[in-house]
Formats: sequence, structure tokens, C-alpha cells
Amino acid sequence: MPEHLPPTEDVLIKIENAVVSYREDVALRGVSLALHRGELAGIIGPNGAGKTTLLTLVNGLGRLLRGRVEVLGCLLNGGCPAFLRRRIGYVPQIQNIDPRMPVSAREVVMMGRYGRLGLLRRPGPADRQVVDGMLKLVGMSHLASRPIGHLSGGEQQRVAIARALAQEPEILLLDEPTASLDRRARVEIMTLVSEIHRSRRLTTLMVTHELKTAAAVCDRLILMKEGRIWAQGRPEEVLREDILDPLYGGESTAENTITVFNGTAREKRGKPGG
Amino acid sequence: MISLDLSIFGYQFMQNAILAGLLGGAACSVIGVFVVTMNLSFIGVAISHAAFAGALCGAWLGFSPQAGAFIFSLVAAAVIGPLADRGEFNPDTPIGIVFSVTMGLAFLFMGLLPGPKTQALELLWGSILTVTDRDLLLLAVVAVIVLLLVALFFKEIQAVIFHREAALAVGIPAGLIFYGLLFLTGTVITVTLRSIGGLLIFNLILNPAAAAYQLTYNLRVMFALAALFGILSTWLGLFLSCLFNVPSGATIVIVSAVIFILAAAFSPKRKVKKWEEVINGK
Repeated sequence: MPEHLPPTEDVLIKIENAVVSYREDVALRGVSLALHRGELAGIIGPNGAGKTTLLTLVNGLGRLLRGRVEVLGCLLNGGCPAFLRRRIGYVPQIQNIDPRMPVSAREVVMMGRYGRLGLLRRPGPADRQVVDGMLKLVGMSHLASRPIGHLSGGEQQRVAIARALAQEPEILLLDEPTASLDRRARVEIMTLVSEIHRSRRLTTLMVTHELKTAAAVCDRLILMKEGRIWAQGRPEEVLREDILDPLYGGESTAENTITVFNGTAREKRGKPGG
Repeated sequence: MISLDLSIFGYQFMQNAILAGLLGGAACSVIGVFVVTMNLSFIGVAISHAAFAGALCGAWLGFSPQAGAFIFSLVAAAVIGPLADRGEFNPDTPIGIVFSVTMGLAFLFMGLLPGPKTQALELLWGSILTVTDRDLLLLAVVAVIVLLLVALFFKEIQAVIFHREAALAVGIPAGLIFYGLLFLTGTVITVTLRSIGGLLIFNLILNPAAAAYQLTYNLRVMFALAALFGILSTWLGLFLSCLFNVPSGATIVIVSAVIFILAAAFSPKRKVKKWEEVINGK
């Protein structure tokens, strides 16, 4: 175990030899991973590597075929009970939201409270206070009453992060939080994720293609390819050309890839590798 | 032929029809809000036609058409639900197959039905003027249950409408809510089938809710507006049917379509779109 990691009793997510299959495709082929309390880990790799599947194993949205998944001390057997999902914030990939959707940004953030509230209970002043706090944290207070479909991709992503945080989770899962955003929004969202992680001491697992920013904010990078963990370690340990080139099929990696040679970083631009 | 004789509203059958319009219009439109916001239009059409086939099957086998409609609509929901649920591929093709099979079955049962086809045609076109007290009671019970469930589980329904995966992730039983909504759709279609008719029922589900969708960004307001438009459609349709001496199912659907066209034409959401187009220089 790398020396910067805390002792094993602080492991919040423990995945052992996980196999996940969707019809004839095997999405995960025996993946093992342990994530420690307060760690910020980034999952990177080409499309179809099983990154999202690995992420959704943690909150039970992915279906485990074989292996063992333990989250927050609970063993997940083919799913994740609602009481556990309430403790795990999840920001799914950005989706096109119908601009006419009759839901405001504030209502979306309030949805983060619904699981905790349970059935037949309405949000109270304490819930509204949490929601206001989260909207402020992500810098969306001024747009809170706007219909969610009217917000830009970056703003919708901030709202999604606020919704996940409104759960007051112990684990935060983010699936490509910067996908399809412009450069400025990408930097802002990654900075926000990093700040939230540090200030709230959350255990965060994030799928991303932003190698450069991921290297700057993540404690650990997990490199995936073809349903397996290709390499993992501190960013400077794994972001090396001899690891990245075969990971992305020998071609140039994603835009803004950072490669580390003998401790010195240099930026390398190439076509999006995925 | 225009013949305005308001004395007809004094008769019991007409009062029953007005009450059926109120309850059926409200229940169908509220169900329509789920269908419209969750993009389930095609699923709803398939369920309503399955209900129609089931009613004919019930009539053919000599048991209650409503029981047949109920069973068929639930089976259709159980088959189609998982297809939409997976979200891995566009479910239009399998739903289209289910839809065409139910239509085939409907015509099969219609052909097998012995004697005059009056009952079958009544199920096809609907006959709000022959609604019985028993029909009304059933309609009232279902309408109250639908409104009660929407009020009690509003926050869960809102979350599932917005994003099912996110709703599931925050700890809401999203699957239960989704299948519950499909079940409610089947139930509402079953109890309103005889009044509105198998071919037309889905318009009353879709049009008022689609009209409300054009006018508001607030889900609560959308539910209220949809119910209002649904009731207005049935009442105005009923009135026009008496006025022009034409089938009520047809006038109800035409009124609901006109309401939708007006809502779409005067929709503030359209203005927003145009404004955005100006800003984007399109």
C-alpha cells in the first residue's frame, strides 16, 4: 500500500474481483480496488474501459455478476439498499434536459433531500436551509428559481453536484462531470470538485477524461482498459508515456494530456482519444 | 344539424355523463402528466390499445370487459415497462410490436364476438351517455386514488420524472414509483374505456397534459392545468356532441386537441425559444 494512504480500517469502498457483464459484453473482468476515507481518486481510460461500471458498482446501480463489493461497511449483494444509497452522492453523466421540463434548479437540489426524508414526509425548514447552503456553495443561488432545462451545461452540472451534496453524503461519485463542457466550465467544475472534497473531507471517486486537471486534484489515479485496472497510483507515478500510450492504444491520448518525464510535466496535445 | 335544447342536461344519464367527464377528464389528464413529462407517449398508446383488446376478450369470453381491460393493460405494462426501463436502446420497435399485436388481438376478439357488434363498437368509440352508476362509482374511486397518490408521493414522482437514475441514487424507490405510474395508467384507462372509447382514450390522456406542458415550468401547476383542460375537454365535448348530434368521444378529443393547439400557439416556452434563437443568431 502506498505510504500516503491511511490504514486499512479506514477503507470505505472495497471491491474484490468484481465481474460485471451486460449481455455478451463483459464490462468488468475481475477488478479489485480499495478506497480510503477522505481519498479523491480519478478513474481514467479509453471509452468502453468499464469506468462508469466501476463507479456504479459502488452505489448498486451496476449489477455484480461475481466478486464482492463492500461499501461503508455494508456488503452489497446484487444491489444497494436505499438506506445506503442515501449516504452516497452520485452525479451521473450530463444528459440533455428538455428545456420545458417543469422543474426548477432549487427543486432539483431539494431532490437530494428526498431519500433522507423518506416517503410521505415533506421537506422542512432545515432541508430548505441545506439546499440554500448547497446552492450557494456551487455558486448557483442567483439561478435557483430558473427552470433546470434553461441552464447551461456547466450550470446544470453545478446543480447536479449540489443535489448530490444535499444528501450530506459520505461518498461522492462523479461520472465525467466535465464532459461536453467548454474549457472554462471544465476548469471551474474540476476546481469546485476539488474544493468540495477538501473542505468536506469526502471520499470521492470520479470518472474523467481530464488528465491534466485530474493529475492536479486527485490523490490517486486508476487507469482502466478493457474492464481491467491497467495501473493505479499517485498521478506522477502513473501518468507516464510508457503507461499511457499502450492504455490509449499507442496513439495520442486525450486533449490536454499531461505526461510526466522524470518528474517534469509537459503538455501534449492530440486528438481526443476517448 | 344544430339543435340546442338544454333540457337534456336535466336527465339522469346526462348528469352521469357530466360527472363521468369530470372524474375521467381529471384522472386521464393527471396520468397524462407522467406520460408527457417522462416521454412515455408510445407506451401509453400501447397500454390503452391493450386495454381495448382485453375488454373485447372479456366480452367474448363472457366475463366483465373491465376485468379483461385491466388484466391486458397490466400485462402490456409489465412487458413494455422493462423495455423502457433498461434505456440501453430505443424501445420504440418492441413497443411498436406489442402495440400491433394488441390491435391484432382486438380485431380477432371482435371477429370472434358472436351476434351484433354493438358492445365492441361501444368500446371502440366510447359511450359517455350510457355510463351506469356502477361505472361512475368505479371511476370516482380510481380518480380519488390517483389524486391521493399524486399528492402523497409528489416529491418522489417529481424526482422520477426529472431523472430516474438520479432519483434511484438519492435513495428513492424509483423502480417502484415508475411501475406504479404504469399500473395507474392501466387502471385509469380501464375505468374510462367505456366512456371515452379504446381508440380515443389516449388523446384525452395526452392532449390536456401536453397543453399544460406548454404553459408552465411548475409541476404542481402543470397537474392542475392538465386536470382543468381534461375536465373542460369532456364537458365542452359533451355539450358540442349534444349541439351537433355527433358522437361524444369524437367531440371530446377534438376539443382537447384544440386546447393543445391554442396552448402551443400561445406558449410562453415558444417565445423563450425564439428569443434564444435571436440571441444565438439562428
